Amino acid sequence: MTLTTGPDQPGSPTPGVVTPPGVTHLPSYDEDAPPPRPRSSLGRLSPDELFVRVGSWGAALGLAWVVTQRLLPMSGLPWFLIFWFVLGLVMTAVTTAMTGTRVDVTDRVVAAIITASAAFVGLALASTVIYVAVKGYKPVINLNFITSDMAGVGPRDAFTAGGVKHAIVGSIIQISIAIAITLPLGVGTAIFMTEVGGKFARVVRTVVEAMTALPSIVAGLFVYTVWILALGQPRSGLAAALAISVMMLPIIARASDVVLRVVPGGLREASLALGASRWRTVWHVVLPTARPGLATALILGVARGIGETSPVLLTSGAAGFLVVNPVGGAMNSLPLFIYTNVRSGDPVAIQRAYGAAFVLLALVLVFFIVARLLARPRSNAPSRFRRTKKDS
Amino acid sequence: MDRLLARNEQSGRATPVTTTLPERTQPSDHVEPREISRTSTGSDAVFAGGARAIGASVLVITGSVGIFLGYQGYPTLKRYGLSFFTETQWLPDDDVIGIAAVLVGTFVVGITAMVMAFPLALGTALYISEYAPARLKPTLISLVDLMAAVPSVIYGLWGALLIMPHAADLAIWVDRYFGWIPIFDVVGGNPEAPVPTLARYGFSSFCAAIAVAMMVLPMACAVMRQVFSQTPPGEKEAALALGATTWGMIRSVVLPFGRGGIIGGTMLATGRALGETIAVVLILSPEFLLKFRPFEQGGNTISALIASRFNEASSSQLSALLAAGFVLFLITLGINTLAAIIVNRSRSGAETD
Repeated sequence: MTLTTGPDQPGSPTPGVVTPPGVTHLPSYDEDAPPPRPRSSLGRLSPDELFVRVGSWGAALGLAWVVTQRLLPMSGLPWFLIFWFVLGLVMTAVTTAMTGTRVDVTDRVVAAIITASAAFVGLALASTVIYVAVKGYKPVINLNFITSDMAGVGPRDAFTAGGVKHAIVGSIIQISIAIAITLPLGVGTAIFMTEVGGKFARVVRTVVEAMTALPSIVAGLFVYTVWILALGQPRSGLAAALAISVMMLPIIARASDVVLRVVPGGLREASLALGASRWRTVWHVVLPTARPGLATALILGVARGIGETSPVLLTSGAAGFLVVNPVGGAMNSLPLFIYTNVRSGDPVAIQRAYGAAFVLLALVLVFFIVARLLARPRSNAPSRFRRTKKDS
Repeated sequence: MDRLLARNEQSGRATPVTTTLPERTQPSDHVEPREISRTSTGSDAVFAGGARAIGASVLVITGSVGIFLGYQGYPTLKRYGLSFFTETQWLPDDDVIGIAAVLVGTFVVGITAMVMAFPLALGTALYISEYAPARLKPTLISLVDLMAAVPSVIYGLWGALLIMPHAADLAIWVDRYFGWIPIFDVVGGNPEAPVPTLARYGFSSFCAAIAVAMMVLPMACAVMRQVFSQTPPGEKEAALALGATTWGMIRSVVLPFGRGGIIGGTMLATGRALGETIAVVLILSPEFLLKFRPFEQGGNTISALIASRFNEASSSQLSALLAAGFVLFLITLGINTLAAIIVNRSRSGAETD
């Protein structure tokens, strides 16, 4: 226990002065020393850094306006935005180069590019949602759009007549049947692959992973050929549900498999060591632990299933009226309704398609929010975080 | 020091402890060892058997799809042989069937979509994992998930009616200034005309690819972000502590670590882009010609071909469609398998740290 610090200079060791070992000097307190300087904040930008960043984008905004609207014949919002982006990058580079090195310049320019690309993607998503909402609200504000079907309504009739009730009901019936088929099979397969294991499980996993590559239209074509042509069944909601199931089953099985594999082995071993049987371990330990992940996997699969048009296009047939019986002939669904109405090319029908798209988007959004609520872990977040990290 | 020693001695002199050993009981005469078996018994056997049965049924269902496609498509492949892959026209009435044009169209749409989606997905994934404020991160992640959940028909609507006019403008501009590069040329279009015909520039593979890119972007982004988030924090902090800027840290730690995820995610998204149907059907005007130029009007893909022709197909035509679907499936299967291998390999490399 030696302190080699000189007694008169606190904080800085004086070279040359070697104190003999075994002797400890307390650092003396210097009354006249200036107060210690606080460290500059590491997390936040200093005011001039902030000014450089914000200022260069502001300058670029004005410059872009001058260039596109006054100097060059490039009026229009897209050109303005492109020029703003490019000029903003240049301004950032120039202002940074005034104080910093090339490393700083690269850092800021790349940060701007990455942030801009994320913003661009967000903008694209927002434009999709807003576009559908703006175009689709007109038919939807008439309540009959949700409460009545298209029976006896011509494609050019006003929005006060007809609606998409049949399509909504059809979509919900089809997806319910598909869930009833895929949920037990998908999660069961995942349990088989992770909890039982063995050579056969490896074969199943390989095949299931391969089948996630199946394009949805091919799944539809499969059911169309087997169920409708070979077995002679009519086009119906059940056929559509089967096609959706064929498409969804590998997706859900694989996603659940990934989620179950992430459950820490220690939990399983603890449960088994306490004397629980394997079945009880799965039911009381593995599944509850994986519940949030399973909910997400299922809902994302469902969201894809409910919005997928191509399998339904081949198998369900588009009825204009309400059909509740899944084997009672053609049954419409929302994606199919949108597709057929857009293809018809009639302006009113296209408006109706927008309305249906609005409803479909709202339905997906509701599913999504429910999934997020279900997926919230009961305990607080850190434990879940640690669990996902163990996966690798 | 002395005081410490003194205290030790004091505690050493505390009241002496006497220890009594427990008396040993005589072991009972006969103890049956629990029977241990490797095979599960009772409810476990039911559980294992049931799980195995479910796994087997799923194997049969999913496996039969692939086998069925191959089996049904085989007569077509046998009958037309290699010309199935070299013939561009699809004229079942004249007994001329080939997928050369649709195959090329599939790849043109898929690759154009990935050219647009890849940089955006990479940027978004990097932003979410490295730049976004910690409080915003969960929201951004669910937004990407939401983007993946938006139905493809809605992206098709968006692309066909909102984006297409602007995309056509861009195509005119590209044709005007970069038309001398063969791949950007638009045959039949006249960019110098006072009002260029939009029909020549819209309805192109490029327009379809925009909608497809929107669809596959969140998928690629999710895979990339997941791999980036597994970067060992120690290495990131080490780079920062050595004085690296954020970008320096990303370039030297995050990107090399996540390379497998970047490649794998891109390939997974490519597989999905090749199989996308509805957006393509809504936007692309069908033509059976070899079109390598994405800005040119018209084209076709395998999935669009199936969607437009299944209805009037006779049994032999259906076999041809199934063969085309089988080829598409094989392509996406190959890409997905390769992607899975790459992603897995990158994760196993992570353990060596």
